[in-house]
Amino acid sequence: MRILKYLVILSTIFASSISSAGTLVVNSNQSGESSEAAFNAYVAAFEAAHPDIDVQVNLTEHEAYKTAIRNFLVAEAPDVAIWFAGNRMKFFVDQDLFMDVSDVWADADLNNIMSSSKASLTVDGKQYGVPWGYYQWGVYYRKDIFDNLGLNVPQDWDEFKWVCAMLKKNGITPITIGTKYLWTAGGWFDYLNLRVNGYEHHMDLTAGKISYEDSSLDAVFDAWRELIDPGYFLEDHATYSWQEAQAPQINGEAAMYLIGNFYVPALESAGVVDKMDFFQFPPIVEGIGTFEDAPTDTMHIPSGAKNVEDAKKFLAFMSDPAAATNWAKMAGMLSPNSLADAPTDRFQKMGFAMLNAADGLAQFYDRDANPDMAKAGMEGFQEFMVKPDREGKIRARIEKERERIHGPL
Amino acid sequence: MFPTPIQKVSLKINITYKVLLIFTLILWLLPLLAVMMTSIRTTEDILKANYWTIPTEFAVIENYGTVFKLGNLAQYFFNSLVITLPTVLGTIILSSMTGYTLAVHRFKLNFLIFAMFIAGNFIPFQILMIPVRHLTINLGMYDTYWGLIIFHIAFQTGFCTFFLRNFIRELPFELIESARVDGATEWTIYRKIIIPLTFPAIAALAVLEFTFIWNDYFWCLILTQSEATKPITLGLQTLQGQFMSSWNIVSAGSVIAALPPVIMFFTMQKHFIQGLTFGAVKG
Amino acid sequence: MTFWQRNQLKFAPFYFLAPGLILFLIYVIYPIIDSIWVSFHEWNGMPKDTLKDDGTPKNWKWVGFGNYIVLFQDEDFYVAFFNNVRWLILSLLVIPLGLALALFLNQNFKGMRFIKSFFYFPFVINLVVVGLIFAWFYNPKYGLLGQAFSGLGLKPIPILSDEIYATYGIIFASFWPSIAYTMIIYITGLTGINREMIEAGRIDGASGFKMLWHIVLPQLKPATLIAVVITIVGALRSFDLIAIMTAGGPWGSTKVLAYKMYEEALFNFRMGYGAAVATILFLLMDIYIAYFLYNLYKNERGAK
Repeated sequence: MRILKYLVILSTIFASSISSAGTLVVNSNQSGESSEAAFNAYVAAFEAAHPDIDVQVNLTEHEAYKTAIRNFLVAEAPDVAIWFAGNRMKFFVDQDLFMDVSDVWADADLNNIMSSSKASLTVDGKQYGVPWGYYQWGVYYRKDIFDNLGLNVPQDWDEFKWVCAMLKKNGITPITIGTKYLWTAGGWFDYLNLRVNGYEHHMDLTAGKISYEDSSLDAVFDAWRELIDPGYFLEDHATYSWQEAQAPQINGEAAMYLIGNFYVPALESAGVVDKMDFFQFPPIVEGIGTFEDAPTDTMHIPSGAKNVEDAKKFLAFMSDPAAATNWAKMAGMLSPNSLADAPTDRFQKMGFAMLNAADGLAQFYDRDANPDMAKAGMEGFQEFMVKPDREGKIRARIEKERERIHGPL
Repeated sequence: MFPTPIQKVSLKINITYKVLLIFTLILWLLPLLAVMMTSIRTTEDILKANYWTIPTEFAVIENYGTVFKLGNLAQYFFNSLVITLPTVLGTIILSSMTGYTLAVHRFKLNFLIFAMFIAGNFIPFQILMIPVRHLTINLGMYDTYWGLIIFHIAFQTGFCTFFLRNFIRELPFELIESARVDGATEWTIYRKIIIPLTFPAIAALAVLEFTFIWNDYFWCLILTQSEATKPITLGLQTLQGQFMSSWNIVSAGSVIAALPPVIMFFTMQKHFIQGLTFGAVKG
Repeated sequence: MTFWQRNQLKFAPFYFLAPGLILFLIYVIYPIIDSIWVSFHEWNGMPKDTLKDDGTPKNWKWVGFGNYIVLFQDEDFYVAFFNNVRWLILSLLVIPLGLALALFLNQNFKGMRFIKSFFYFPFVINLVVVGLIFAWFYNPKYGLLGQAFSGLGLKPIPILSDEIYATYGIIFASFWPSIAYTMIIYITGLTGINREMIEAGRIDGASGFKMLWHIVLPQLKPATLIAVVITIVGALRSFDLIAIMTAGGPWGSTKVLAYKMYEEALFNFRMGYGAAVATILFLLMDIYIAYFLYNLYKNERGAK
């Protein structure tokens, strides 16, 4: 037994004297075929560039990970953890569970090559993670249906409503949506508010600084009603998950879907991607800038990490244009690395251009707001979409939650 | 035998029964057939919401192949076995002991302790999540097989004690009395008389517990993390992607994962017949 | 006789009980008490000893009955509570249905063992998949139910997106695995029926329903007891199906207390609040448990 102990000690000394060799434990939520393959490609590229480091990936299913992370950051922290930017990251930063990696930003020149996402990775002037991918949101539509009916891409709100009316008249569901898991309704709210009230207002709202009964939101709900009342949304959308809501559009029974770019692989699998096209959510109020939802996925180093040195190398490796490009591309996302290859995919090209030209990027309602606030808000939005007459009651209820969470104004 | 054994009725009723049986079986298994149909559908079918139609293409090899190619399927299966079998064994041993003493021995706190086992079993188990996790971590058993095994044994003991205690109470007390007169210790009585007699109940319990632990998802999520300890319920979840869930593959995985408990049931079933001996003793 | 032989009967309860009881106390009883303690605090699940700049704990704050007061003013709570009542009452149907199925299958010819295994299957399938299949069944556009309605010329009812019908839709789905479960219990019970009593009954001319009621059912009492306990506990606990079929929706109308607790603790990270919900649920169950135990106690007192 003793001999074994000495052998272990010897080999550890021996090993560490050769190099900063070691195992790097990474917890990943990239479940699903393409996501898993994409991340594995990054890991392989990293291991090729650092042959002395052995990366061990612990994969957890995406939803389960959200629970698991709270457990493992506190006990048995890995060296690297994948997560999200915005309020999601800030929560753990406030708990001192994520390490300050501003040095990685400085050393790997990320301050320059990832400048557009820097804000969403910063708390109090310091960076706490490195982004690896983001994606655009917008309206994915059946170009062939539009062409058949002689419709053009709407350039403003009135045109958008007119297009919906035309589609409905011809027996096509104008907008498909599945609100079972609520966040698709959150997406609509985001865009309506960003287009009506602008970025700062939206950021203040999600941070809990504006009342949900504030008159500034009246126009948002009114605009929404302009689509709900004539029945432009898919019937019974509360039954469907966002995935189940794809079917009408794939089958040609619905025309438009406000969704993120992760939709495209499904379109490819279904064989309809050539019939689809994309346009930016139209402006509603003149003069408000173009702000987009661009949820950003990130990597962080937990405070309890053991192999900090290699973890920082792992994060810094995002500066490698080839690795960064591959990971994002295979996962169907855009790379926040401005040196990455421009996307070749048709949709991603449009997204890339759109996000680069945007005046500001939001992280999406349930990542910008507190989890319980987001839950209350989105439940209210779903109910509003089905029972718009309950607007007053719903907004009062959401406001009650906001007051409980963020305090009275 | 109740109802009248099939061998004793007229041919007409015999055949009617068998036809009815098949019909009921098909109706009963309709959802299962749906699961199996889903497991051989192509992704395209799922995307087009062809949930109930004949599959446009058959993707048996692709779907089941993908499940098997799931890097760690063998590992997950192994983990599930390592976690489930000791748990079932441990639970049965412990709860047959507690069940025996609560059923047979008279002592002051008997009913109170029995009540505690019942009450503890009724709770919504989510209430245990944080304390049990902390406990497991502090005992150094986080992310180990033992962490899950010990917890499951502890928690299942509540229900199993209740189940076995009631069953043992129904046994003829004279057997125990006469054994005591013959000088047998309680332990001997337990081993040589009680266990054999409660075997049908133990068999049923073993099947139920096996299924329950095998299909547990929540506690694996709380108490394990790495690939080395993950059981199959968690493993299958990784087939559900962040954005696109391949329900056809998940279904295929579920069918495969469901086989062990069913095989377990099938093999244990003949022990239920042993209950006939029990019936004779009672008379 | 040795000391051991003289006293082994006295000591027996101790060593028989010890292992099971100790584990149970550690892993079940203590956590319940701990959770009740947590319900008197506000806690987001992060370490309790983390301090803010001013030295007070950041994540852990005593609020006394604060959580309970908020809970009783929470609309959600009442929705969940009454859903639990619906689950409880309707789930009891599972017991006679399971018995009926067990009786139907209580034959022993070649291959019957194989057939019985198939009836057991629903219990064994991952609940996520069960929920999914039933959700697809209810799908108003593409599901079997929706198409049946259309076939009859009626407008399909979107069961799972209707705030009134959704809960019933889920309860119905839960019947499938639950009946399989009670069926197993009754099949076990039926193997223990006293043959001679049945024969005697037949000689006396009893058959069918009379036989069932007077001779068979009384002997199935232990099985029925188990079935009732399991069904009640299951009904009060279930949330897997709710999670997959409606995620508690539409807008929270299918939530039950167990789901609300799970949501508050795991998604909203309000551990204290979630613990309060769980404690209320536990108290509710206690009423039932107390009633149940009282009856049991009386019966056993009487019998022995």
